Amino acid sequence: MSNLVVMPILIPMLIGVLLLLVKDKKQVQRIATLLTVLSMIILSGYLTYIVYIDGIQTIELGNWPAPFGIVLVADLLSSSLVFLSGILALVTLVFAWLTFSPERERNFFHPFFLFLLVGVNGSFMTGDLFNLFVFFEVMLISSFILISMGSKKYQLRESLKYVIINTISSMFFILGVAYMYGLTGTLNMADMAVRTSEMENTALLSVAAVVFLFVFGTKSAIFPLYYWLPHSYYAPPAAIAALFGGLLTKVGVYTIMRMYTLVFNHDPQILQILLIVGGLTMFIGVLGAVALYDFKRILAVHIVSQVGYMIMGIGIFTPLAIAGTYYFLVHNIIVKSALFLYAGIAERITGTTQLKQMSGLLKTHPYVGWLFFITALSLAGIPPLSGFFGKFALIISGFEAQHYFVVAVSILTGVLTLFSMMKIFMTSFFGEVKLPDPASAAVKVGGLAAATLPLVFLTVLLGVAAEPFMQFSMEIGEQLMNPSDYYIPSVLED
Amino acid sequence: MMKSRPIQFHVVTRITGFIILTFSIFLFFAGHNNPGGGFIGGLMTASALVLLYLSFDVQSIKKAIPFDYTQMIAVGLAISIITGIVGMFFGFPYLTQFFDYFQLPILGETELTTALPFDLGIYLVVVGFTMLTILTIAEDEA
Repeated sequence: MSNLVVMPILIPMLIGVLLLLVKDKKQVQRIATLLTVLSMIILSGYLTYIVYIDGIQTIELGNWPAPFGIVLVADLLSSSLVFLSGILALVTLVFAWLTFSPERERNFFHPFFLFLLVGVNGSFMTGDLFNLFVFFEVMLISSFILISMGSKKYQLRESLKYVIINTISSMFFILGVAYMYGLTGTLNMADMAVRTSEMENTALLSVAAVVFLFVFGTKSAIFPLYYWLPHSYYAPPAAIAALFGGLLTKVGVYTIMRMYTLVFNHDPQILQILLIVGGLTMFIGVLGAVALYDFKRILAVHIVSQVGYMIMGIGIFTPLAIAGTYYFLVHNIIVKSALFLYAGIAERITGTTQLKQMSGLLKTHPYVGWLFFITALSLAGIPPLSGFFGKFALIISGFEAQHYFVVAVSILTGVLTLFSMMKIFMTSFFGEVKLPDPASAAVKVGGLAAATLPLVFLTVLLGVAAEPFMQFSMEIGEQLMNPSDYYIPSVLED
Repeated sequence: MMKSRPIQFHVVTRITGFIILTFSIFLFFAGHNNPGGGFIGGLMTASALVLLYLSFDVQSIKKAIPFDYTQMIAVGLAISIITGIVGMFFGFPYLTQFFDYFQLPILGETELTTALPFDLGIYLVVVGFTMLTILTIAEDEA
């Protein structure tokens, strides 16, 4: 029992609520939000350290014992992801300050930014299936508000689709929760895992597993369910798109990782489905990116493609594959958000996101160009950057498990990713200076570029210091693949 | 055009409004161990307020009850969250609740619980949220 576990959820929630009361005081809002995000980073960093040293930490909310009350669980996976979401929040927050118009900031931007973090952190930490639904809703409702803020025509149209699709998948979430409660008589995920492992007839369990695959698949945008994502993430401004692109789909991936290693590990056929879906997701996603000529849209479609790698990793289902998935997840959160921010910077300079209308940004804004270059190579998986090691672990584990076909697809996808990233670099950064408005060559974006530096630093660090970090990932892989040694006892036997 | 004044509606609203409000407060205190509580009490209070808005018009009620419902939601949430935090100072997990029996003047032996302020927060959130939603839709034409 440790109240430290609840802090990354509680602090943003309390500050967010208090900020509703002072909605007109811009400086107060900014400073309070900044301090909240900083405290979140520090506390979750400390929490990760404690979990690494002392093992999994849990808290039983309201002092109700485990299978009955709601438990929050901080294992290595969840606490490190909360830490990462804090860092991402810090970067996007600063970026938002530098780019947002005053009206947008006045419209409750800061409180809902914090509520979004409450939802994300809660989804990472909770050990209760219904509570997971609640935190998903907190996250989604905040994201509805953040995505539609600004009320441009295109934005409202795409937000409406986003709201409807997510509401439908939430309905199926409830359906799935009801199935699981009917089958096992519990909502505690650890208890559920114990009961499903004792179950003899697992046919219904597979039905529930597929329902959840639909739900989490919609949130994380896997193959047949990804159609909403490229448009929705194109609509909001860069800071919000970076936060969503980096975090929200990854929460879906996280829940797939958690549920399919903990509860639905009974049926190899479901893993087969994950492998097929993962392969299709990455390949079809990258084809979209190859065909498009719009900076932001290419990145949005790449999210789909990258999610495919993670689904493939979960489908391979060995400790090394899970470690690779985790490594790739972390890498992707960092890199994808950074790329969205560069798209925002390019839009700031040129006023457009069309690749063909801008050229030679490297000459006018060299820092932005080279930072983008590093991040793009990292996304494409060029050593020694972080993208390489994530893919490397995934491919090795795929060979070990003899899933040659999907591995081949993933390698081909990597090549096409490199191609589409280089397309952006060659057309808009390289070459002669040709901008829609000659005056835009003098636009200063030094502050914006500086705001993205922590992310670029992290992707280089993850690549250079791959050895210790891969060991950390392996530990997570071990923990997730053997829940009866780690996760379950830490929740149920306290 | 002369504005029609629904006299009967006004008279009935004045009486039933009070009955509903009183009953909602009874429901609020009944909660926790019996049916009732912050959510139901809040909804019923909101229904009484909506009745007032329907019977009289939005402007005059706004003058009579000058609440900012956004602030009401925020205050309610803050009360609930802070109630949960109190237990943490004594080393209990977040949201732990306490209760004890006290001899109070007039009321006699009474059960006081920390669930009550938590419920009060919920009550405020429900009233604020319901009213804000209904009034936002109602004011759409203006």
